Amino acid sequence: MSALGKVVRAGVGRRRVQTLVMVLTTTMAVAAAVLATGLLVASRAPFEHAFATQRGAHLTAWFDPGRVTAAQVTATAHLADVTTAAGPYPVRSLSPRIGANRSRMPVGGVMPEMSVVGRADTGGAVDELSLTAGHWATGSGQIVLSDGTTPLSPGDRMSFPDLPGKPVLTVVGLARSVTATADAWVSPAQLAALTTPGSRPGLQMLYRFRHAATDAEVTAGRKAIENAVPAGSLAGASSFLQAERSANRTTSTLVPFVIAFGVIGLVMSVLVIGTVVSGAVGTATRRIGILKSLGFTPAQVVRAYVAQALIPATVGTALGVVLGNLMAVPALGVAQRAYSTSSLTIAPWIDLAVSAVALAVVAATALAPALRAGRLRTVEAIALGRTPRAGRGRAVRRLLGRLPLPRALSLGLANPFARPARSATVASAVVFGTIGVTFGAGLAISVNGVQHGLDRENAGAVTVQNVAPLAGKGSRNTVDPALIAAKITAQPGTRRYFSTAQTRVGVAGLAGSTGVVAYQGDSSWGAYQMISGTWFDGPGQAVVPYGFLRATGTHVGDTVTLTAGGRRAAVRIVGEDLDTSEGGMVIRTDLSSLAGLGLTIPSELVQFRIDLKFGTDATAYAASLGKALQPPGVLVFPTGNTVSPTIIAIDALMAMFTLMLVAVAGLGVLNTVVLDTRERVHDFGVFKALGMSPRQTVAMVLTSVAGIGLVAAAAGVPVGVALHTWVVPVMGHAAGTAIPATDMAVYSLPVLAGLVLGGLVIAAAGALLPAGWAAKARTAAALRSE
Amino acid sequence: MTAPIIEIRDVNKKYDEGRPALADVDLEVNAGDALAVLGPSGSGKSTLLNMIAGLDRPSEGTVTVDGLRLDRQGEAALARYRRERIGMVFQFFNLLDDLTVEDNVLLPAQLAGRPRALARHRAAHLLERLGVARHARAFPGRLSGGERQRVAVARALMNRPRLLLADEPTGALDSASAAEVRELLAELNQEGQTIVLVTHDTALAASCATRTVELVDGRIARDVVRTVAE
Repeated sequence: MSALGKVVRAGVGRRRVQTLVMVLTTTMAVAAAVLATGLLVASRAPFEHAFATQRGAHLTAWFDPGRVTAAQVTATAHLADVTTAAGPYPVRSLSPRIGANRSRMPVGGVMPEMSVVGRADTGGAVDELSLTAGHWATGSGQIVLSDGTTPLSPGDRMSFPDLPGKPVLTVVGLARSVTATADAWVSPAQLAALTTPGSRPGLQMLYRFRHAATDAEVTAGRKAIENAVPAGSLAGASSFLQAERSANRTTSTLVPFVIAFGVIGLVMSVLVIGTVVSGAVGTATRRIGILKSLGFTPAQVVRAYVAQALIPATVGTALGVVLGNLMAVPALGVAQRAYSTSSLTIAPWIDLAVSAVALAVVAATALAPALRAGRLRTVEAIALGRTPRAGRGRAVRRLLGRLPLPRALSLGLANPFARPARSATVASAVVFGTIGVTFGAGLAISVNGVQHGLDRENAGAVTVQNVAPLAGKGSRNTVDPALIAAKITAQPGTRRYFSTAQTRVGVAGLAGSTGVVAYQGDSSWGAYQMISGTWFDGPGQAVVPYGFLRATGTHVGDTVTLTAGGRRAAVRIVGEDLDTSEGGMVIRTDLSSLAGLGLTIPSELVQFRIDLKFGTDATAYAASLGKALQPPGVLVFPTGNTVSPTIIAIDALMAMFTLMLVAVAGLGVLNTVVLDTRERVHDFGVFKALGMSPRQTVAMVLTSVAGIGLVAAAAGVPVGVALHTWVVPVMGHAAGTAIPATDMAVYSLPVLAGLVLGGLVIAAAGALLPAGWAAKARTAAALRSE
Repeated sequence: MTAPIIEIRDVNKKYDEGRPALADVDLEVNAGDALAVLGPSGSGKSTLLNMIAGLDRPSEGTVTVDGLRLDRQGEAALARYRRERIGMVFQFFNLLDDLTVEDNVLLPAQLAGRPRALARHRAAHLLERLGVARHARAFPGRLSGGERQRVAVARALMNRPRLLLADEPTGALDSASAAEVRELLAELNQEGQTIVLVTHDTALAASCATRTVELVDGRIARDVVRTVAE
């Protein structure tokens, strides 16, 4: 090995702790950067990515088997604009009931009508399915449900009492189709078994087109297919563009905070790497002098010190890339659920780019002090290494020495003034760590507050759904809502209830129809969270969400006109509610407000929300009420809250980013305190020789960062708050809602105090290890050190 | 007869596999003595001083100072021992450059939690006594070697230690400053201060030591008690 190589190796090995800190810091920084960049890139086009990976269907078409043959459908795969096609698959629309289950769903309850497709496997030229739980349905009696649309889990059962033989299927898996081509899948043989004798299942065909960027292009493709098959045989078709729009709404919600965390992470990475490297070079001045006195040229010195920085940085970068990719698995897994897309992975170019940037930053940061070292005159370098630097902050030290504090503490508090640049490094690490924690904590509180607000759509402990199952030949069973109300009133344990009915009306100034939920009874206890104004409390009043206000250009206090069947009814907007359903366009009002429209709301669209008396068991109540409402036709179940996958994604990613930022900040502090402790080892020896106890030594070192930590945290918290104030509304707007003021005002005085203390904790945690080393250092050896 | 202030019994100290730094050392020092430990480099002088200061532990044997078995004490107890019962003076002074002379001297009292006013009074007295009072607000870097060592002695005496330990106290001084320090230590001993000093400086040993011990290869080769007449 050359002399230069030996010097580099010795330099890396001699300062093991510093080398380790550099490896760890680079690891964390690179892992954070890989994860952040990966998420940013993935969040740019998650649907497109998944759509491409799963070869999603541009058009899903259903054909009437009575009007077209399978061969004719298959032939449509060869149309000019069709690049790939899959199918035809047999498909049936079925109305199952809930069977034995561990998902706390009432046995016998009616499930919404679902389209069941017969597919032999998850693969195919188009619409490759992603199994998210269990296994594929390959045998008789097995069914796979679409993930995210069912309350049932693998192992649960479903019955089909309307079919001959009343078959019962076991859920064996959950799968996800990027464009939701079906609600459930069974094997083709099983689908045949689910088909009534004498009837034929429909045919599903999945297409990918050469041109499908716009609605017009997809429509053109559909027209071509329609023209290729007998007239009227194309029973229906759905475009992938609808699913894309829905998925991108979730993505847009995640992007602002991922960018915020990513930027903080990258800035911290640069800061910490820079500090570590310049610290490592800066503390070796005397060694540089010795090397030069032995004949090293300035260029060799520069190369030696850049290499000493690059070796641990390279190891850290490699580890960071691995760690970043490992962390991306669950992170992108959660994001994947939020995106409703299939597997997302970190692109290899991100690993390479982040590695290259990290190493370039390390090299660039090391180069400046290394060049300085290379230029140092030999005598000066040796002298600099030996002679204590001129003391700074002596006045502050004297002043603090007069304070009525234990001397160890006042010495610690004064220390930062002796080395302002180094103190600035600690402060920067704590500032960024505190910004991350403040922003992350505020985001978590806000997001969970919003989730809590959204949960108000599930008011009451028990829900009664007047589901209308198919019975016999197309007739429907419904239960008179008045009868349901009477039964609920008579049911022991009932405290209060109201009903809702969903319908659609026209709104003056808006194209198409708009959803309306009409309430009957006192709904004030089940009111949605209000962003502004109040919940309606009489006829002619309505509350609407952000999306509606934005679409109509109206404000709280304005009056809008509802239309139906040529009739009109005016309602005054008395409040803006937190509601993202139907893109934030649902009007909520009292049923009496719609009286002028002369609407007849089908009884199957009526729901009841029931609040129970204290101590009443919701499951037992639901079972009992369900029995009282026999014959079937009504679904009674305990109300459960559904947590939005977007919220889960935000929580998980936020926690991960915050932890990483705190870890990097702590390592930044650790490195700086290690450098400082090494430089002051002789002073520690003197202190200990004079009787400073280990506890006093630890206290002195911790106090030396505590003051900075507090000041830095006090500076970082407002920035974190500002970031929260800026990012959360952007996220809300992306999700199609304003954020309630209560969910924005998350930084109460105790929370702010806790966050400032958090900065102190980051600083103290980073300094604890070197403080322990300082306390344990052998006094005699410390006194001998130069 | 009073009990010895220092009792060292069968002390051995090995750092590595090689020759021991101290071998079968037995030593007693009485209160009021001024013991000079002499010997060539590597003879174990500093190791012996570190044992007495509680800065190092014997591999075997016992070290008892002022009734306290140092080899059995934990770090916290040893720190308390150093700040309350001993004072140390070093060859290179070991003053803290960022503290004024007065603050350096105050440090042991402050670490021991002594009342502030009393400590300041004591520091002022010591600085006056040692002839460096005019430098109280100065930083050590501005003082001459002899002055710095006087400040170091003042600091060592701050908590009225029963034992003053000095490691080559004249080793970094010019001859005039060395003479000042020799005179100072002799005066302190005459006032009753027990002193153990490690030195190459035979003049120092001759001027202020009441007893000299010579170490060779970690063993006591000679132990000479000097009478007043000598």
